[in-house]
Order: sequence, then C-alpha cells, then structure tokens
Amino acid sequence: MAASNSIQIPVAVVKAGEGLVQTAYEHPWVVRFCHWLNTVSLFVMAASGLQIFRAFPSFGPKIPQHDLLNVPKFLGLGGWLGGALQWHMTFAWIYVATGVFYIAYQVFSRNYRQPLFVRRDLAGVWPMIRHYFFFGRKPPQTEVYNPLQKMAYTSAILFGLLSVLTGIVLFNPVQFSLLATLMGGFHWARVWHFCVLCALLLFVLGHLIMVILHGWNNFTSMLTGWKRNPEYLP
Amino acid sequence: MNPLESEMPDGPKPGNSRSLNRRELLKLSPLLVVGAFAIPRFRDPLLTAGVSFTDWASAKWFRRNHLAPIFANSEVTPLEKFYVNTYDVDDPEVDLDTWRLTVSGDVQRPGEYTLAQIQSLPKLTQNTRHICVEGWDAIGRFGGTRISDFLQYIGANRDAKFLYVECADDYYESLDMASALHPQSLLCYEMYDQPLTREHGAPLRLSVPTKIGYKQAKYLTSLRVTDVVPKKGYWEDQGYPAYYGL
Repeated sequence: MAASNSIQIPVAVVKAGEGLVQTAYEHPWVVRFCHWLNTVSLFVMAASGLQIFRAFPSFGPKIPQHDLLNVPKFLGLGGWLGGALQWHMTFAWIYVATGVFYIAYQVFSRNYRQPLFVRRDLAGVWPMIRHYFFFGRKPPQTEVYNPLQKMAYTSAILFGLLSVLTGIVLFNPVQFSLLATLMGGFHWARVWHFCVLCALLLFVLGHLIMVILHGWNNFTSMLTGWKRNPEYLP
Repeated sequence: MNPLESEMPDGPKPGNSRSLNRRELLKLSPLLVVGAFAIPRFRDPLLTAGVSFTDWASAKWFRRNHLAPIFANSEVTPLEKFYVNTYDVDDPEVDLDTWRLTVSGDVQRPGEYTLAQIQSLPKLTQNTRHICVEGWDAIGRFGGTRISDFLQYIGANRDAKFLYVECADDYYESLDMASALHPQSLLCYEMYDQPLTREHGAPLRLSVPTKIGYKQAKYLTSLRVTDVVPKKGYWEDQGYPAYYGL
C-alpha cells in the first residue's frame, strides 16, 4: 500500500519485460471518463462561446459599440450565432452532467481527498513554487498530487462551477435574478463568464505544459488509470 | 497467492501489465459516442434535441408571477442609444390610419381591432431590460396593454398553447401562453412615453421582459390564439431556440 497520510492508492506489482515494477491505480474509471468527456465539452463550450462573443465583441453599450477584441473566425464553432448557440446549449448539459457525476463520485467514493486542496497543503505551496519557478530543491513527493497540483485542480473545479453559474445568469437573468444581483447584474455576469473562460484556458495551458514536461507515463495514466513507478512509492 | 497479484482487498485486480491496461482503456469506450457530433447526419438532430431540451428546461423553471427587474428612470438607456436592427431600417410602410390588428383562432370575438380599442384597456408603463441574443442589452421605457387583458377582451381561450403573431415586415413569432399571460407582457404602443416610432415597430409591438429580444416582434398585424403554430418564428426557423425565456 502506498504510504500516504490522506488517501490509500491501490498498488500492484506487475511484469514489465523481464522484471517487475510497481504500479499505482491513480485514476479510477469515473475520473478518467469525466476527464476526457470534459475535455471535449470544454473545447466545444469555449469555441462556441467565442463564436457567440463574435456577435457582440464588447462589454460596453451597443451604441456606441467599442469592440474589445475580434476573435478570429477559425477559433469559433457553429459558423454563426445561431449555430454556436446550438452547440453551447447542447454541450452545456453534457458539461453540467459530467461535473455533477464527477463531484458525486469524488464525494461518495471519498476519492476527493486525492485532488482536494486543504489547509494542510498550504505549507507545501511555497516550496513547490520555488522548485518550479526559482530552481529550488524539489520537495519530497508523498502523495499522488503535490500541494500546487491540488491547488490547480481544486481551482479548476471552482472555475467550472463559476462558469455554470455565470452562464445560467446570462441565459435566464430573470428567473435567476438573485444570482444575477450577486454578480452585479446581467452586464457584469457577461464579464465574469468571460473571465472564467480565461481562467480555464490558463489552467488548460499550464496543465498541458506540465503533462508534456512529465512525460508519456503521466499521460497514459489518465487513459488506463495505472502509473508505473510513481515517485511517492517506496 | 500469485506473487504478481495485488494484495489490495478491493479495487481492480491486475494481471500482467498489458491486459490490465487494455481492460482499463476499454472502460473509456463509451466516450466514442460523443464522436456522433462529428458526423453531420447525427450532429444536426443531436443539436436540435439539445436546444429542445434547453427550451423545455427553461419553460419548466419559468415562474408565472416572478417579475423581471424594473429600473429607475435614471437607469433607462436614452432612446437614441436604443439599438435598432439593420432590417428595421427598411420601412414596412404601415398605414397608421387604416391599421388594424386581425385577431383569429381560439377566441370568442375574432375580427379586426383598432389601436384605440387596444388603448382603451388599462395602460402599464415599465422600465425593463431588453436583452439581445447577440449579448448587448438596453433598458427601455415601454408602455402598453397587458397581453392578458387583451386576451380577456377578445375572449381568448387561456388554455390554448400559443399566440402567433405576424408583422408588416414579414416577421413572425410564436409566444407560449404562460409567457403571454405574465403580468409584465405587453402589447406595446409606447416607448419613452411617446407613440412607437417607425423604427421601433409602430403602431404596435410586443414587449415581453421575460423573453429574449428576437421574440419582441414589431409592426404587429395579426394575432392568432392557437394550440399549433404554423411556424416557430423568423429566427427560430433558422435555428435559434424557440422558447428562449430569460
């Protein structure tokens, strides 16, 4: 069993070529399923969202209209506003359903202890930042995720939640008028919705860089669940 | 016990590495269903179903007596800054003197109604937000007759499902009965305390603060109370959501 003070990860010894290696079951089926389904949804939501934004690329008044940025056509999905709305409104449900399924699984399986950033992780944040950005010594890895990773994954879930809440206000600002008021009204909800998109895109960018830096073994673990010789195993 | 087997009490039981990985990978195969969105034959019905589901959900959480926000006069967008769509630049050439609203369908008193008849009903003036599907919004001052009052006036069957309106500029719209009966839904003949200007749909338009902008049809010429609409609406028939409540 993996030595870990937060969650027990199933570990096995398997044949690899001539020898034996330790391998850890890091990602249960539901987590992997949600990860890849959400990859598709997030891509569709971002691209169709940018196409919707092309219809009125501003956060100011309609008259006079000051365009904030013109999103290139090739980044959009759906071809025109109506088409983009169809993609956005269809995948919104897949996006929400995936999120609900994921969070319900994490809570009921108690697997949330693997990615959730908690107070105990706070002390480990600065050493990780020093290691990543300022050539500091690498702190020993005792769990599947280091504190900074946990912080990133927990933030991503919060951004996901905020993307849904701001989106609901944009879609139905009258029925969800209380939520709209909390966001500063319809106008501001549109700004927040866009900010959340930027935050999620930044997360994805950082996530991709880290996966590339950590290699193939790290990538395949999100497909098969198993990671060979993870450094936190003795 | 096979030394290659795991000692864990539960969780997946590994055999050799390759078959183990193959088995785990196969568990993700249901994800291939999403690939249907890449095939045009399946994509279009799927997206249509997605929009229909959105419309259905949106109609479910519509609250009949929940009011849209009302704004102070100081918050109202000046009339000259209230955007008019480019197709409204074309004059539909409505003759205001001979204009009538043709009422038909599931009503006790069908026929032609003058603007004076509509204006004889109680007038409601309210500052509400108009939201365009494009994403911009403007707060306007709208005055008119409650649609529910007019429906009573013409003896409409309130259990019918839709109002269907046609316009002088060949625009047309459908409006579900629950939204039509909402206390803020207007047959609007005034904006900014003045009779509607030509660009804003003179002499009569819809103002439904619980609906997206393209449902607020201008230049109304006919109104039909019906269970079955011949068409969903000008933009809806090109792919926009038909319900689009706010």
